[in-house]
Amino acid sequence: MISYLPYPVRIDDITLETEDGNLKTFKLVLENENDRQAWSHVPGQFAMLSLAGKGEIPIGIASSPTEEGHLLFTVNRAGVVTTALHQMHVGDRMGVRGPLGNGFPLSSDLKGKNIVIIAGGFAFTTLRATLLYLLANRSDYGKITVIYGARTPGMLLYQDELKEWAERDDLDLHVTIDREADGWEGLVGFVPTIAGEVAPSPENSAALICGPPIMIKFTMPPLEKIGWTDDQVYLSLENRMKCGVGLCGRCNVGPFYVCNDGPVLTRAQVLKLPLEY
Amino acid sequence: MKVYAFKQADLEKWVKSWTSTHKVYRAATQKSETCGAHAGWTEMTDGTMPPCGPAKSSVKTFYFPQPETMATFSAKKEDPDGLLMENQETPEEKQIVFGVRPCDGRSVELNNLPYVDDPFYQANRERTILVGFSCTEQKATCFCTQTGGSPYGTEGLDVALSQVGDVFLAEIITDKAAELVDNGDGLTEASESEIAELTSLRQAVEENPGHDESLKAKEMTALHGAPFWDKVAESCLNCGACTFLCPTCYCFDIQDEVVRGQGKRIRYWDSCMFPLYTLHTTGHNPRGKKVQRVRNRFMHKLKYFPDRFGPFSCVGCGRCIQECPVNIDIREVMVDLLAVK
Repeated sequence: MISYLPYPVRIDDITLETEDGNLKTFKLVLENENDRQAWSHVPGQFAMLSLAGKGEIPIGIASSPTEEGHLLFTVNRAGVVTTALHQMHVGDRMGVRGPLGNGFPLSSDLKGKNIVIIAGGFAFTTLRATLLYLLANRSDYGKITVIYGARTPGMLLYQDELKEWAERDDLDLHVTIDREADGWEGLVGFVPTIAGEVAPSPENSAALICGPPIMIKFTMPPLEKIGWTDDQVYLSLENRMKCGVGLCGRCNVGPFYVCNDGPVLTRAQVLKLPLEY
Repeated sequence: MKVYAFKQADLEKWVKSWTSTHKVYRAATQKSETCGAHAGWTEMTDGTMPPCGPAKSSVKTFYFPQPETMATFSAKKEDPDGLLMENQETPEEKQIVFGVRPCDGRSVELNNLPYVDDPFYQANRERTILVGFSCTEQKATCFCTQTGGSPYGTEGLDVALSQVGDVFLAEIITDKAAELVDNGDGLTEASESEIAELTSLRQAVEENPGHDESLKAKEMTALHGAPFWDKVAESCLNCGACTFLCPTCYCFDIQDEVVRGQGKRIRYWDSCMFPLYTLHTTGHNPRGKKVQRVRNRFMHKLKYFPDRFGPFSCVGCGRCIQECPVNIDIREVMVDLLAVK
């Protein structure tokens, strides 16, 4: 039987991620031992963050299942619930309902492959979870390439971790910003351009792409040019949701329910769906 | 299965006998009758026979009561466990709905396909006994046989009443309904010839034309991209009447409500006809155009749902045809879809 009851959680830490003040990462700890035992997710899944009196919102889980003891959610302040969430403090209690959705097929289709992670802006969250998972199970995967871009250096998420990853030699990291900025010595240019320059051969590879629709649109041609096909490219859809379990009706893209059948699907699958996302 | 036979007066007496132990509802015949919790329905005190055709409001009000409390919470600041959700007990009180037409009975089974793991739907299903009434005549808007149903259908019903000549036969279909007959004391079992007559009435119903199978065989993208959708949607006002009257429209919205420090998380009916239904916080709307919403409703009922679960998500009750202010007719949409190559 479905439970619509969120697990009680306590906010353990809040990190302001970006210079515009709109993105915060919430570190949540499940309060009940039973819930901690029962919780199990894969990168790419999402959960409903529940604020009593405000409502629930679907947010991608930014922590990897290999990080034990807490959950991370990086939330953009946009509507009623996220605005209320941004005003909360460490120690406050709230609810989490999930995990929901399918997640990336990391232990099946993607196992043994070279993985390319391409992310733009704050869509990096579930891909951060993915990257940590890949690194924790490093021997199960081939070459790992990460291309991550943001508008400005101050809009990059997880900056401490980006520094750590840059020093690893089992990971090929390319961080870029849109325009030249003072003090920035890294790559400059849009994600599609960088992807065209550094993307590896498509042989035995899969790409996981999350970002604004326009970025995804322009990232495809450079990949296709070097032989990538639509069934090697994994995307994650977003639509308005209420229940998260395939009943309330609104998140469907044609016959495809983003909450239950997705949010992760291949580009080949997306292209067969009507433009309702 | 036991089948009992009644004269009309005895049937009314039998039905009346339930009112001492159960809440018994029937379709309201006038606005002033309608009871608070279930619009279009009224609590029954006698054994009145139902009028022709389906009731104006479908039985979904008994399975998706609105609002339905999903959880409660204290919104008082000083409460240490404040703002934590507590489980709402699912309702247990037994209820009988009398005079349900076979189309509505079938809708309960169809909705059960997606809702098989929903605790509230299942609890309401458990506590509700549906006493159906076969249709000896049909309204001009009835088309149950085109969707896989029958005017003598029993799907979803616990008791099926059918008029055969001047007697009424009551088929006791489920164990749940057994309590209504109380070992059959004082009731007359139907004779073999009466049962045979009912069987022949049932068999005389026109065969299912298999439109669901025909549409399942067609490409989703071809149906979705068909040019007729603009014409169907042109006159639509997006009033949502079809979705609220439809027994198999089951979408809902969830909202939090706080009154004097006591909070509730409630769900209530929503409609895919409304632009807000799919609106993102960013302002982007995947189904912002009317034609997209109209198409989604019909495609869900006639293509997406059958592809996933088997049958149409439509029982042919004809309510949407009867009440649509601009005369959009789902039967015509079905014909258009069947014509798509």
